[in-house]
Amino acid sequence: MTDATELTRLTRELLAAHPPADTGRLDFLRARFDAGLAWVHYPEGLGGLGAPRTLQAVVDAELEAAGAPDNDPRRIGIGLGMAAPTILGFGTEEQKRKFLRPLWVGEEVWCQLFSEPGAGSDLAALGTRAVRSGDEWIVNGQKVWTSSAHLARWAILIARTDPDVPKHRGITYFLCDMTDPGVEVRPLRQITGEAEFNEVFLTDVRIPDAHRLGEVGDGWRVAQTTLNNERVAIGGMRIPREGGMIGPVAKVWRERPELRTHDLHQRLVKLWVEAEVARLTGERTRQQLVAGQPGPEGSGLKLSFARLNQEISGLEVELRGEEGLLYEDWTMRRPELVDFVGRDAGYRYLRSKGNSIEGGTSEVLLNIVAERVLGLPSEPRTDKDVAWKDLAR
Amino acid sequence: MSTPSTASTEPDLLYSEDEEALRAAVRDLLTDHCDPAGVITRMETDAPHDLSLWKSLAEGMGLAGLLVPEEQGGQGASHREVAVVLEELGRAVAPVPYLTSAVVATEALLACTGDAAGELLTALASGRTVGALTVALNVAPGGAYKVVLHEGGVLHGELTGIADATAADVLLVPADDGGLYAVSIDANAVTITPQVSLDLTRPVATIAFDGASARLLGDAEPAVRRALRAGAGLLASEQLGLADWALTETVRYLKDRKQFNRPVGGFQAVKHRLAQLWLEVVGLRAAARSAADALAAGSADSDVAVAVAQSYAAPVAVRAAEEALQLHGGIGMTWEHPTHLCLKRAKADSIAYGTSGGHRATLAELVGLRAP
Repeated sequence: MTDATELTRLTRELLAAHPPADTGRLDFLRARFDAGLAWVHYPEGLGGLGAPRTLQAVVDAELEAAGAPDNDPRRIGIGLGMAAPTILGFGTEEQKRKFLRPLWVGEEVWCQLFSEPGAGSDLAALGTRAVRSGDEWIVNGQKVWTSSAHLARWAILIARTDPDVPKHRGITYFLCDMTDPGVEVRPLRQITGEAEFNEVFLTDVRIPDAHRLGEVGDGWRVAQTTLNNERVAIGGMRIPREGGMIGPVAKVWRERPELRTHDLHQRLVKLWVEAEVARLTGERTRQQLVAGQPGPEGSGLKLSFARLNQEISGLEVELRGEEGLLYEDWTMRRPELVDFVGRDAGYRYLRSKGNSIEGGTSEVLLNIVAERVLGLPSEPRTDKDVAWKDLAR
Repeated sequence: MSTPSTASTEPDLLYSEDEEALRAAVRDLLTDHCDPAGVITRMETDAPHDLSLWKSLAEGMGLAGLLVPEEQGGQGASHREVAVVLEELGRAVAPVPYLTSAVVATEALLACTGDAAGELLTALASGRTVGALTVALNVAPGGAYKVVLHEGGVLHGELTGIADATAADVLLVPADDGGLYAVSIDANAVTITPQVSLDLTRPVATIAFDGASARLLGDAEPAVRRALRAGAGLLASEQLGLADWALTETVRYLKDRKQFNRPVGGFQAVKHRLAQLWLEVVGLRAAARSAADALAAGSADSDVAVAVAQSYAAPVAVRAAEEALQLHGGIGMTWEHPTHLCLKRAKADSIAYGTSGGHRATLAELVGLRAP
């Protein structure tokens, strides 16, 4: 069993063999991966040591203290948080060896080709077709809301391989090469002025069968692993008081007494309380996870944060008065990172509108809470036994 | 300009195994001895408090002395355990003077140092004596309260809105000279008159002192402040119990109740309302645990934690009860159905120890978000 002492020893050994000051960034990261210190809970040979996930903090703290470079996790969040656990869970040995190392060190950025113009909340209705041709699959269709597509080397892709069975059953999961000539990435400009996301057009894209993940027709089940990991990534962070979107507006309130009105004060303090309660709820959820007693509380966090981000940023625009009439910059840009808080109040107001849509709309999440947590009856499912090709569209 | 106070370490927001065992024991007792039909019948009689239930809780289980150190005859436990008891008492809308005697009066005595206070503390911890602090139930921590005149060793004056006074054996009375006095209800010159109360399970009363003899316990101001802060902070756990009961009971009912050939709980308009309410109850649980843990630890963040919990709790508990009534339909409007017990307690609690708005105003000062 690999314990904390052993991990500390291995980390120091790595640092001694590859002093960060004299080692190239990628070389150091590759050495770290090969030492099993990338994600310690992964199996040996795949960047881990089969150690408990909680012990990663021991390695990270040791490396940080030594000034070692990290793999810039925010830039490769989809790879780390969604592609990797799915490849680990369903990939062949060859796929795991081929993809996980360059994914983790950040040489290869990943994106996610799931949503389509005609399949949003009802993702399983997706229409991108993959047709078998010898050892290959020929893929045609359109994907949307793809962040990092313009940077990505690979994509996780779900496509329809059998239109004659009900929608959940005819889907297959693929690993798609984004340099294939049939892949066209176009920026999708948002209401903030920038293009954080892309539309991806797939025209006769050829994917070798060796890049299929899981069985043919089993793609929906494979995709659940991806989506469950997306939700895990959202919870679990420790936030200080005023650490979220309430922070900037509280700062303006303290620094700019001339902007204060009684109405704004009432609303501000009410939202401050709700933000603090949401923070405590997140903290309680985190403590439950650490104690090994995960509860259903986490499923509500995104709902709460979406509403609060929207209301707080809306209040901030109003509080700023004449400045609230302005906007920092409408220039069309393609940012590398998603940033909810960093820019001005107007940006925060507009960007947070997406918080109740992305990663599950608030309406769908309320259904999930009602059905899975409270045990209320499911919505009527008229599509359950209908072949995908016969669905209304 | 003050900056926001930051909690140095995060509070423990979970329930320990011992706390869960305590909850189970209290719930068992209440399931057997505090059914809604009994509460509804009792609350219209001349003896609305269930003193036999109180005896089981206080003497049988030793719960009246949770906040009192062992050397003074208590259990030497903390606000965390008391909070769990209050959650359960809230769920059952139990007509016992637990919050008023075992929390508020007890905390007032814990702030006093003399022998008289010590003796009384031990008596309250045993549960055989019930105490009531004679500050109106609506007064918030730090708020102004009415005092009586202390002249020639006796008390004169009239007070109103005193919760659970009719169940009390001894009154803790702030007087105009700054002292907190103990007055036995057996004294000839004390008259307690029940007021017709919105919440009959925690009724309020007027108290007239007409030359009542009194023993000095200590300084009133710090005792009252400490008592009301603990009362407010732990009331949030009672409110959590109320809200949790309302949600659970409504969900249970709506899975069963059918209209239009479907369970009513399957309609999306209803599901979303209940899911939304669940989110709020989950938030209230975190806020109430935070307040209880801060009080237990004597944390420098206690004032903020209590103000946050009390700012949040009342609207959630009241809405939960109101949603329960609406979603039960006509049956929820009847006297025989327990929803009105929950509604009346939740509404009275929204005033008890300060309103949500009052606590928000306090909080704004504490975290440096000054009003214009």
